[in-house]
This record gives sequence, structure tokens and C-alpha cells, in this order.
Amino acid sequence: MSAMRHLVAALRNPASTATLRGDQWSALISVARGEMLLATLGHRLAGAALPSRVAALFAAECAYARQMQRHALWEVEMARRALTQIGVPVILLKGSAYAAAGLSAAAGRHIGDLDILVPRDRLTDVEAALIDAGWDWVKNDPYDQAYYRQWMHELPPLIHGARDRMIDVHHNLLPLTARHHIDAAALIDRAQPVADGVLTLDPIDRLIHCAAHMLADGDLAGGLRNLWDFHCLTGDAAALDGAWQAQLLARAQGFGLTHSVRRALRLSAALYGDGAVLRLTDRLFIRRLLARDAMGRPSHPLTQLGFYTRSHGLRMPPAMLARHLWRKWRMARTKI
Amino acid sequence: MTHGFALRVGPVAMRIFSDWAGPIADLRRLYADYPQPDDGVASLTAHIGAARPWRRWLRPAVSIGGDFTIPDALPLPLSQGLLAAEMAMNLQVAMGWRQQMLLHASAVERDGRVLLMVGASGSGKSTLAALLGEGDWRLLGDEFALLDLENGNILPFPRLISLKNQAINVLQDRADPSRFGPRITGTPKGDICHMRPRADAISRMDEGGAPALLLFPAFGSDNALRPVPPSEAFFRLTESSTNYVGLGEAAFTALNRLVRALPAVAIGYQSGEQAIEIVEALWNENLGNENLGSAAR
Repeated sequence: MSAMRHLVAALRNPASTATLRGDQWSALISVARGEMLLATLGHRLAGAALPSRVAALFAAECAYARQMQRHALWEVEMARRALTQIGVPVILLKGSAYAAAGLSAAAGRHIGDLDILVPRDRLTDVEAALIDAGWDWVKNDPYDQAYYRQWMHELPPLIHGARDRMIDVHHNLLPLTARHHIDAAALIDRAQPVADGVLTLDPIDRLIHCAAHMLADGDLAGGLRNLWDFHCLTGDAAALDGAWQAQLLARAQGFGLTHSVRRALRLSAALYGDGAVLRLTDRLFIRRLLARDAMGRPSHPLTQLGFYTRSHGLRMPPAMLARHLWRKWRMARTKI
Repeated sequence: MTHGFALRVGPVAMRIFSDWAGPIADLRRLYADYPQPDDGVASLTAHIGAARPWRRWLRPAVSIGGDFTIPDALPLPLSQGLLAAEMAMNLQVAMGWRQQMLLHASAVERDGRVLLMVGASGSGKSTLAALLGEGDWRLLGDEFALLDLENGNILPFPRLISLKNQAINVLQDRADPSRFGPRITGTPKGDICHMRPRADAISRMDEGGAPALLLFPAFGSDNALRPVPPSEAFFRLTESSTNYVGLGEAAFTALNRLVRALPAVAIGYQSGEQAIEIVEALWNENLGNENLGSAAR
């Protein structure tokens, strides 16, 4: 079995690690780190019988991840303070939402940038308030700035001058140029408070966002982690309401995301759950999700290239993509 | 990547893979006496590979990577393959080691007490540790010192010593030729040569010690001594650590304890001999005939 299969098996069933040899542990640790799942795995294997060096590694990784989550939640507080003055509540997305709401997906999860959702008609105010509070543009290039503002679902990334942390301010979950359009106001309406001035999406909408982010946007880099999030979120949703799957599919249909959500359900059941009947195309996705070798390096370059190309096709129509790539190519040339 | 090697240095077990046989053969020779990872488990993985597939054979170019990579890092020529391998391993430790606090420092031990030397590249901390490690000190490491957050001890991390320029000849006069790697010329830092630490450093790599003196050496400066207050030492040590922020309160507490207990001195020096004299004088002055532990605390 490959290192990536061992990783998936360990997350699904911690007891599967009992028979691993030393070299298999080395490979498993490397691929888990590459997929940003090392501390997640550490939490999952808490209580399992582990070689002493592995146990020491996981203890340190879990403590480190916990500390980094404290930093991430401090960023949440900083954003809340900046936006509370203009009366815009902070709706958290992804990692910081899971941590703030204490969801199972947060255990050991690496949290990078702070992702928040705000009403589109407040975007200008939000931008001004954040800049006033010390955030600044990462990309100052006029084309990038114009592109983000005209076509993307988020502002160009901002970074805080003193704390060196990024914030992504979303007004939607998918680019405006994407094939499917999500009614962001419907998401905001159902957002749930987790603290004063801080909200997260409703449990069903968290699943919608996770599936859309993973399968209707991007090239599936880090997909195994996103799929683990999805798997954990299904567990949380199921614990709240037995009819979660029907609600999820109804909501997905409303947003035109049935295809992505159904695929996310099949992939997460196949890799992390009780199994699923896979379609032929699902196998391609799994090949992409597991594209890493025993030395921890990305593998299957053609599959990766295919998904990279697909991500651009998802993001914008062909003529627009051609113009964008031409423009980016010329920018890269003039920089050299 | 067809060539691989694993080793353990103190608490850190690593694997390294390479597209070429040469650098791995050098590592095998220079790390010959080092133990294998316990139970075969390596917790960090480094790579050196061809920057482009054809660059494995055609004007070979070595990229540095592994679990952690630096985007846009310039590849090295294959003649610098051993340096690339050492850099790749250093990168993994700097970015990925979280079990102790990493200090970018050299360290030597005598009578169970540790002398820590902190300084930027070019300060001479590496040469100084190498020289002391050939005398009546035991080398703990020339690049990273590992601060145990629970008991405040410094754990050894005796990797190959990276000698530069004049320091190469100085050490080659004192140590057995079998302990040296190839002299690597034309690097951005001039000539580099790797040296295996003395046998005692390797055989006692699991034996740490309590820190007793903290020095901030500066090669080429006037040979003035300046006591460094705990506040400044604290800041300079956090700046020299890649994992201080992520280790949180435990690192703050351990470092705070360290700088309050330890005499700290900035020293300037012009030559190795002079530096050793200064170090010995400061050591004796601060430890005297008594145990420094009681004097400092």
C-alpha cells in the first residue's frame, strides 16, 4: 500500500497503524506533513499504541498546532474589533470558523490566512476599516487589483503590517466568473453567532462551502485536507439533525452545486467513511488527491496538470482565460 | 530519486534522498559512525533533486527541498552537492523541528555545563565551536542548539561542522584528514568544507547539559567585552529561533528562565587563539572553582 493510502487508512481507522514498519512510518509522516495533516493525524491517533519517537513527534505537532490556532483566533478578534466599528459582523470561513465554533475538523488543523465573508455592498467600508486598522495590500499591481475587484469573489489579499498575517475578505464563495453562482445573501441570512460579533456559516452551508471550494474552484492541491474537513463536517451535521443529507442536497440544488456536493459525499465516504460506489471520474479525483510518493514528493504530473488546467476552465470562460493568461505571460516576461 | 540515506543526530531522525549517488556517498562516509533512526522512524525528510528533469545529466543543477521547500531558491551546481544536502537537512530542521526550541547557535560542553554561542553568519561561532571541540570541550553542535523546554537543558545536535575559508586550514592542521569532506569552492560564502565532529561528540549525542554561559561572538571586532543584559539576550535569542513563536508560552517561560540565570557577554576577537583565551577566561571567571549553577541562580 502507498504512503498516501496509509495516511487515508490511518485517518479512517487509527488501528490500521499497528502493523506499520519504521520506513512506512517515515513515509506516512512525510506525506501527512505535505498534506498539512500531520497534527490532525496526531489527534486522530491519540490513544493508539505508537513507537516512542512517533508519539513524541505527534505530541509536539499537536501542541504547535494548538498554539497556531490561538494566533489564528487572535486574528479573528483583531478583525472583529476593526469591523465592529462600522457595524459589520465577521462571518468566519474555513479553518478559523471550525476553530471558533469548536468543530471536530479543528483538531490539529493548520490555519493559514483568515477568511471572512461580508455583504458585498459593505465591501468598500470593510476595506477602508481594515486599512485603517493596519492591514495593507499584498499585490499592488494594477492589473491584479482590477482583476480581483471586477471578477473575483474576494478582495485582493491584505496583510497586517505589524502581525504579518493575511486576511481574505470574501463577498461570495466562488469567483463571479465561475460557472455556478451562489447567492451570498442567502448564506449570510443563515449565519450563526459563535461569539459577540463573530459568526460562522450554518452547518449545511459549511458543507456547501467546503465542497465548492474543493471541487468547483482550484486544482485540488491540499484536497485531502479539505476532504477531511468535509468528512468531519458531515459528522457534525449528522449529530445535529438526522435529515442533514436531504437538507444538504436541497441547498446544493438551489446553488447549482449538486454535482460537486454529491461528488464530495462519494469521495469522503470512499476515503474516510464506510465506502461508496464510485464513478469512473471519481477515480481520477482520487488519483489526484493521492498524488504524492513515499518520499513526500508530488507525483502523477499529468494528472496534476489536468486538474490545474481544469481549475482555470472552472474559473473563467475560455476567451477570458486566454486574455488573462496572455496578460500574465507578458507581465512575467517584463519582470525578468 | 534512487539514492537515499537515513541517520539520527541527537533527537532528530532524518531521511535524505538524492537524484545523484555522489552526495549520498559523501554523507555515508562522513556520517559513518552516526546511529540509524530508532525503530527506523525518521520524522523529517530532505531531498536534493534535479531542478528540471534534464538537469539531472545536462549541466546538473541541484534543487534543495523535502517536507519544506523555499520557493524560487536558486539551484546549486552538482559539485556543491554535499553542501546542498546539508542545506536541505538544515532547512527541514529549521522549519519542521518542534520538540525543543531551536536556537541558531553553536554549543560546547565541559564538566556537564554548556557554553552557548549565538551570532549571525560570519560571527565565527561555528569556527569557535569547532576549535573548542578539538580541545578539552565536547562539541554539541555548530549550527543549532536545542533547548529542552521542560528541564532547560541544551541537547546536542552534532551535525557535520560547516567550515568556511581560512577556518578550513586552521582545522585541517588539527584534525585527521578522514574527518573532512571535499573542499567546495565558489559558493556565495567562499570555500566550504564539512568536518565530522570528534568521536566523543558523536558517541555522547544523547547527553545534554545545563547551560552555564552565553556568548555573542563577533569576529573582526575590537576585543572588547560587553556584558549583555537579560532583556537584550532574550530578544537576540528569539530572533535566532525559527520555532519560538509556534512553541508559545512554554518557549517564553524556558527562555526567560535561561536569560535570567545565565551570564551573557558580547565578545570581539581577531583570531581563534585570542577567542579561546577570552572564552577560557570568561568561563573560569563565571564558574570559578564553584558550580556556576548556584552562583547564577
